[in-house]
Amino acid sequence: MKMMTRATVVLLALATAACTNPDRFGGGAGGAGGAGGGVGGVGSASDPASPAYFNQTIGDRVLFAVDTSTITPEGKAILDGQAQWLLTNADYRSVIEGHADEQGTREYNIALGFRRANAVREYLVSRGVPAGRLEVTSYGKERPIEVCSQESCYAKNRRAVTVLSFSAITS
Amino acid sequence: MMKRLLTLLVALMLAGPVLAQNGPLRLRITDGVIEPITFAVPSFEAESPQAQQVAADLSRLVVQDLAGTGLFREVPATAFISQVSSFAQPVAFADWRAINAQALIVGAVTVSGNQLVVRFRLYDVFSGQELGEGLQFAGTTAGWRRMGHKVADAVYSRITGEGGYFDSRVVFVSEAGPKDNRQKRLAVMDYDGANLQFLTDSSTIVLAPRFSPNGDRVLYTSYESGFPRINVLNVANVGRQQLTTAPGEMAFSPRFSRDGRQVTYSLSNGGNTDIYRTDLSSGQHVRLTSAPSIETAPSLSPDGSQIVFESDRSGSQQLYIMSANGGEARRISFGEGRYGTPVWSPRGDLVAFTKQNAGRFHIGVMRTDGSEERLLTSSFLDEGPTWSPNGRVIMFSRETQGAGGTSSMYSVDISGRNLKAVPIQGGASDPSWGPLQP
Repeated sequence: MKMMTRATVVLLALATAACTNPDRFGGGAGGAGGAGGGVGGVGSASDPASPAYFNQTIGDRVLFAVDTSTITPEGKAILDGQAQWLLTNADYRSVIEGHADEQGTREYNIALGFRRANAVREYLVSRGVPAGRLEVTSYGKERPIEVCSQESCYAKNRRAVTVLSFSAITS
Repeated sequence: MMKRLLTLLVALMLAGPVLAQNGPLRLRITDGVIEPITFAVPSFEAESPQAQQVAADLSRLVVQDLAGTGLFREVPATAFISQVSSFAQPVAFADWRAINAQALIVGAVTVSGNQLVVRFRLYDVFSGQELGEGLQFAGTTAGWRRMGHKVADAVYSRITGEGGYFDSRVVFVSEAGPKDNRQKRLAVMDYDGANLQFLTDSSTIVLAPRFSPNGDRVLYTSYESGFPRINVLNVANVGRQQLTTAPGEMAFSPRFSRDGRQVTYSLSNGGNTDIYRTDLSSGQHVRLTSAPSIETAPSLSPDGSQIVFESDRSGSQQLYIMSANGGEARRISFGEGRYGTPVWSPRGDLVAFTKQNAGRFHIGVMRTDGSEERLLTSSFLDEGPTWSPNGRVIMFSRETQGAGGTSSMYSVDISGRNLKAVPIQGGASDPSWGPLQP
């Protein structure tokens, strides 16, 4: 019965993911980080075991300075919270998506996004999250969430987002 | 599709006295030409009633190709003193000299069923001689544009002494939608934007397609798995297969070797990006760089012996050259700013690149030792140069600023002149210029 409930939640999550997570896009695999499909903002942000709590209360992303992949002190605080949550909620896996702002060439920005995603992965692993639960990918400058061509937007686009998914319903 | 029935003899065959000009009709592009060669194209003769439309269209296309280079200027038909009603009739050179047309192109078109035959002759008006021999192209009426491009290529080639580029195709990314939800799909077009054809749908992000040396296949980066991976697409049947990549590895920025059998590309593992080569038939991988920095955008020299690539090993993106088998690399870019996306020219003498400096992007060229750097463009965001088959023109992407920003493709001569947008509908980026078609 419990399993049934969770399966229903996953279906709901997939149905709403396109609207609730700015990194998700409709129309197929365009931005859908792959493997598990994100679980978006499911649940209540006040329920500490919910993905919504992870995404909104802890924060699902960290930001980077221009052309760097160094985790800032603010970033470390967020990732400490993410690590704690992932250790508590062991059924979840995540794909860490690295992103860059538009001020760079396409290939370099993909490589830079990997550096950022990997810096987050290494930090989470250093906080005890099993490496096998964390995958990385990079969208380079292909998926900005802010569209102005100014630093205020660029700063939000230079990000690594920890996208949750269930590892497996049976696990 | 088309065959040459007569042999093309390349330029420089003028002998005898030269009249109003200094030597035979000849344009040296390297001289930094400012004054274009003037030419006249009387509408090609229609040798059958059903050939009339295509004869008119085809002659206009020849004019567009030549005038579009900026190296030639059309003398309009309204200025003509004599008309050319028959391909076979002797040319009244005095009438063409009087309107200062240096070159005269006459042609004839025959249509029977869906078969099309085009013949043309090129005259050097001031010396009163034919430049090269008459040529004939045969094909289907549906392929009339290619035959027009072939005529223009032959004219360009005879006058400049260089290969043409009009009968060529470009593979690129067609874009739609706003910046934060951009839909991308692979497409192919003629160099002038005609005959647009889509190769993929927009269900997943696709990036940076690269033509194989003979134009039969396209390498590109696809996000269909959620991770960047390299696909090989067969242009004729749109069949595709993925380059094998281990779990946890991401592959992108591919290019074919000159024989089309190997792929040089970037592979990321554990946050680090290096350059690898894979043999397409055996699947065997070779690692070519091994540094904690970002190594990407590899491009082979025409003889296949060297690779130019970008690396931030010095602390910022710069260009380097190494042996095609890896090993020590030498830095070639030393100007201010950052340098990326190097592409070796088909002649081997130059490297085109994207330069980022003081908040602006530029497309530029430099010699392979890094000397004689020349910036050809400047804008909010120019990137991703690709060479015309003859190494005289560069096509690239230009993205405009702000929330409503869109991407378009432009071309520019390596002299920096003749900057113009490629006329196609919708957004477009990441052009890769294919070979001159056979």
